[in-house]
Parts: sequence; C-alpha cells; structure tokens
Amino acid sequence: MADVGKTPVARNEKASSEFGYVGIDAILEQMRRKAMKQGFEFNIMVVGQSGLGKSTLTNTLFKSKVSRRSVMTTEEERIPKTIEIKSISHVIEEKGVRMKLTVIDTPGFGDQINNENCWQPIMKFINAQYEQYLQEEINIDRKKRISDSRVHCCIYFIPPTGHCLRPIDIEFMRHLSKVVNIVPVISKADTLTLEERDFFKQKIREDLRANEIDIYPQKEFDEDAEDRMINEKIRAMIPFAVVGSDQEYQVNGKRLLGRKTRWGTVEVENTTHCEFAYLRDLLIRTHMQNIKDITSSIYYEMYRVRRLNENNTKPNGQPAIHANGVPEHEVLSHEM
Amino acid sequence: YLKDLNYTILTCDFQDKQYVGFATLPNQVHRKSVKKGFDFTLMVAGESGLGKSTLVNSLFLTDLYKDRKLLNAEERINQTVEITKHTVDIEEKGVKLKLTIVDTPGFGDAVNNNECWRPITDYIDQQFEQYFRDESGLNRKNILDNRVHCCLYFIPPFGHGLRPVDVEFMKALHEKVNIIPLISKADCLTPNEVKKLKDRVRDEIERFGIKVYQFPECDSDEEEEFKQMDKELKECTPFAVIGSNTVVEARGQRVRGRLYPWGIVEVENQSHCDFVKLRNMLIRSHMHDLKDVTCDVHYENYRAHCIQEMTSKLAQDNRTDSPLPLLPLPTPDVETERLIKMKDEEMCAIDFYIVIRTLVLFY
Repeated sequence: MADVGKTPVARNEKASSEFGYVGIDAILEQMRRKAMKQGFEFNIMVVGQSGLGKSTLTNTLFKSKVSRRSVMTTEEERIPKTIEIKSISHVIEEKGVRMKLTVIDTPGFGDQINNENCWQPIMKFINAQYEQYLQEEINIDRKKRISDSRVHCCIYFIPPTGHCLRPIDIEFMRHLSKVVNIVPVISKADTLTLEERDFFKQKIREDLRANEIDIYPQKEFDEDAEDRMINEKIRAMIPFAVVGSDQEYQVNGKRLLGRKTRWGTVEVENTTHCEFAYLRDLLIRTHMQNIKDITSSIYYEMYRVRRLNENNTKPNGQPAIHANGVPEHEVLSHEM
Repeated sequence: YLKDLNYTILTCDFQDKQYVGFATLPNQVHRKSVKKGFDFTLMVAGESGLGKSTLVNSLFLTDLYKDRKLLNAEERINQTVEITKHTVDIEEKGVKLKLTIVDTPGFGDAVNNNECWRPITDYIDQQFEQYFRDESGLNRKNILDNRVHCCLYFIPPFGHGLRPVDVEFMKALHEKVNIIPLISKADCLTPNEVKKLKDRVRDEIERFGIKVYQFPECDSDEEEEFKQMDKELKECTPFAVIGSNTVVEARGQRVRGRLYPWGIVEVENQSHCDFVKLRNMLIRSHMHDLKDVTCDVHYENYRAHCIQEMTSKLAQDNRTDSPLPLLPLPTPDVETERLIKMKDEEMCAIDFYIVIRTLVLFY
C-alpha cells in the first residue's frame, strides 16, 4: 500500500526502471488523497430508554465528548414529554483523516407511560433525511458533493433483563430495520454473568428470527463468500454486550477505562469482560464504510423507488418495480 | 487487503491510547474499490497516421490493434467518421482497470471535412444521455459508466500551429469532454522546433478560447517536490509525444524506441519527448481527477441543459394532465432548438416518461 504523503515523483522514478509497469495502481493513491482532502461523514443514531448509558457509550466509542449530555445544560436533564430528536455534530480528526460525526439522540423514547408508536417520530426523521438527499439529487444545479445527513446506523439499547426482548424492542426493531441499519446492543452488561449473557443473547437471536427482524450485518446483503465468512462470525456474536465508561482507573499498572466496584473493576476494552471492543471494531474500524454503503445503495434506493412509484401506480394495479433487485417491504403511508 | 487492515488495527492499538480507529476509513474505501475495480474511457482523435494507436499501445503496454486492417486511399474516399471501441482489462499489483479506448477512424481524412466532429460529439452526448437515463431509473445498482473521461487530440507536427480543423474540433468538444492536445510524432522536430510549436499552439489555444483540460491547483500544504513537478507539467503542455511498439537496445538496456540510422529515439527518455509526462499525468496522477471533472462538470452541464429543454418542451407539448409550474427559462437559442429536435427522435416513450416523471414530481 502506498504511504500517505509520498509524492508521485519518487514512485515514478522507481517505476520507470521497472520494465512493463504502467502504474494504474496509483489510482488508489489518487483516491486516497481526494478522500483525505474531502473528509468523511458518519451519522449514528442512539435509541433506548433513559439511563441505559447511551451517552456514555457514544463518548467511549469516539473517545471524545460527542454525545448530547456532554453539550447540554442542566435544565434539559428532565425526561421530555414526547420523543425528541437531537442531532449534534463534531468534526474529529485522526492521523490526518477528518470525520464529521453526527450523533442523533432520541430522548424520551420508551420513557412514557404509553409508548405506543414510539418508533414513528424516529422513522419520520430517518425518512426526512432520505427525502432531503433525494431533493438535492434531483436538482438541476446539483452540488458537487451532497451533504449526507442520512442515518447510517442506529444503535438500539436493550436493557439487561436477561430474559428476552420486550414488546417495545420488537416493535421498534421490526419497523426500523426496514429503513436503517440496526445494531442492537445489550447495555449495562456488567449486571449479567457470562452464562446469563449467553442465554440472553440466544433468546434475543431467537426472538429476532421469530419476528423476521434483519439486523446488521444483514445476511441478504453479503456481497461475496469473503464477506459472508467475516459476517457469519459477527452474526454468531451479536448483539454485543457492552459496558461504557469515561473514567480511567489503575489496573495492573496501566490506566484503563472502566467501572470500579468493591468486587473488582470492569475493564471496558477487555474482551473477556465485555464486548465493547468488538462493537467499536465493527462500527468504526472494519465496517464503517460498509454500513454507509448499505445505507446509500440499499435503504436510500428503496426510499427513492417508493417515492418515485407513489405518483406512478400502474393502471392495472400492479405493484411497483423492485429497487436494485431487493424486494420492497410494505410501508404504510402514515409512516412517511 | 483485509490482512493489511488487521495489521493497521493491531499496530495502532499499542501506539496510541487515544486511537479510535476511523483512520482506517480510507483503507475501507480502498478495499471496496479494489474488489470492484476501476474503469476509464479514453478517446483518441486526429487524422490517420499520427501515431494514435501506437501511442495507446505504448501508454498501456497493450496491443489493442493487432488485427487491424488499414484501408488504402481508395477505400477511404467514401469512408465517414466511425466510432470504434476497444476494451481491455488490465491488472497491476492487484488493481483492476477496465480500459476502453474510443477511436475515431476517418476523422479529418476526407477531402471535405466539414463538421467531421459531428459523429464524435454525438457519441459523447449519447453516453451522457445513457447515464442520465440510468441515473433516473429505478434499478441503479450496476450503472455502467461509458462516459468519455478524456480525449487525446493529436496535432500533426508538420505545420506551424493549429489548423482550422484542429480549432473547430476542439471548440466543438471542449465543453463536453476533457481535451488534452498532443503534438504527435515529435521525433521529426528538433528541440527548438518543439519549443516554438508548443508556444504557438498554447498561444492559439488561448486566442481562440479553447478550454483544454486544466490541471487542478496544488494545495498549499503539498510537498515542494510535488509542487515543482506540477509546475513543470503545466509549463510543458501541449505534450510532444512519440510512441513505439518495438523494443530496441539502447545504452545497454532494452527500451521502447524507434531505430533510425542517425540514432535511437527512446520513448521513455524525458529528454527525447514528453511521453513519460503524459503517462504519469494521465494514469498515475490525474486519472481520478479526469473522471471527477467529467462527472462534476461536463456531465452536470449536459444534465442541466437536458432538463431545461425537456421542461420547455413539456410546456410546448402539453403532454401532462396537471399544469406544470414553469421554471424561469432563458429564451431557447439555436443550439437548444437543435437539441430538442434530436431528443424527440432518439428517446422512446417509456424512457422519456421516467425522466419526465422525476421532473413532474418535484417541480
């Protein structure tokens, strides 16, 4: 792999002594340069009841204070009467790579007495981002690079009951998995023993299967055998049981992120303690681009086809055409 | 590449506690591109015998024209300008490139060359049109990009600058495709003659308002070496090139070259010609930008133009039931009228409807 910052001059001089070298692999370097200049965008939504550690986990994931709690004032601490959608953006940089990270929080979800249809405002928000992108795309005078506010990934926080999914969990994931990548996590997993954790995961996976809920990484979107192999390993482990923390403690001479109790210290990044590191690797280090690709090439395209077909029902009542070969899920009109 | 990815993850973990890991994003994007491969469409235009085929073979180390039959003069009299495509898959260091060369045999060869560029501009427009249709369609997963990313235009070295056909051709195409003019068969010129010709051509390009491909400006934070190379590149245009299909022995090495009684011309010798500069620019440093400019500028111009004239046509035709809010359009000029006529003949009903439906929905 070409080093970042190495000039084409040096490479060419070396290469011209290689007889029979055209140099087309240099296009990778050109792409990289451009991507580095432009920067990346990533939009992550967190959903779950109050107190499940959403903000802490987001901060832990990105090792900076990017969550809503870190920027809000104390007046906002009460539970809102309706679900609110709050977006906060930060530009973070690492090794020359700039990323505009947007964390979309959903305070009020699942906190009311009557939580019927609590997924609706969230669905509406997600579709509104698709709509905005579509509007930009069909403009006559299009921008060179459309700003991407589409939700790439939705982390759903499951409380660590240890039993099975609750009706609200199933309701939410069933509806939202049709429009966005859902990554469910078992939150505050430090209340479960390893056996309880395994049992809980199994039950959750069964519940998901029984309700035909497709979470990320979705089986039907595996591109080839290599992808499938990698993703099967992940599918055998999800949902990840996570613990978040922004406090450091001294453990065996090292300073680590963790939660200190009388009986021991839970190390957040220790994979024998919890699966935070796997979640981080999945979301950030290995599958971030894939998550974005699925959002843009599958969910967004599905939305676009729906929109285009809305005004074009065929005269003989035939259903609309499929987008990119992926069968269209039924969407009720009030969901838009 | 997954191996590389994992390696990066491991090394960084130890080094930096504050490391989140999204610095691997460029690698993740890479991985996808390497799997998919790249494509590039290059057009070559210029009269017969200016060394176009040889140059293409030299650039990409291919032999695309093995089975070509050259027409003799008689056969050429009635020949019109054709458009031919050759596609070749090249792989190097794990990177796959699907290269398409669009050739234009017959260009400028007739006695009367009036508007001989017409089939060429038509071809370029057709690719734009196809892409526009695909982009407006419902299944967008595997859109084929056949748009012409770059056009190498061969100027003969025998004259004293641009001829009328050169000027007219470039002006007909400069807003549709990235034009890179080349001085061909430069081995018949002395260094002084090359310099004079280049100055003359550069001057005329400016005087006639021809918009050839401009190299993007260097960022201020680029390394000095890069900036210097960039400057040299810009000052060297138009490139004076020589191509060769044969390998000769020169200075103890095997090189691509042309053997003359008075010496050996080495294609890759920078003091002999600008071939290396052209290759580096075309392939190693600016291929991606050529594609970007095609997408972001030429194609967008075409698209905007297309939508505008379709909207005005809608208003004229009253084909839709619902009243269409009119965009404030400038009065159609001669060029637009011509395009409107062209569109009518070419697009079939369903395709037209798909495009119009998009318009009707949102305007």
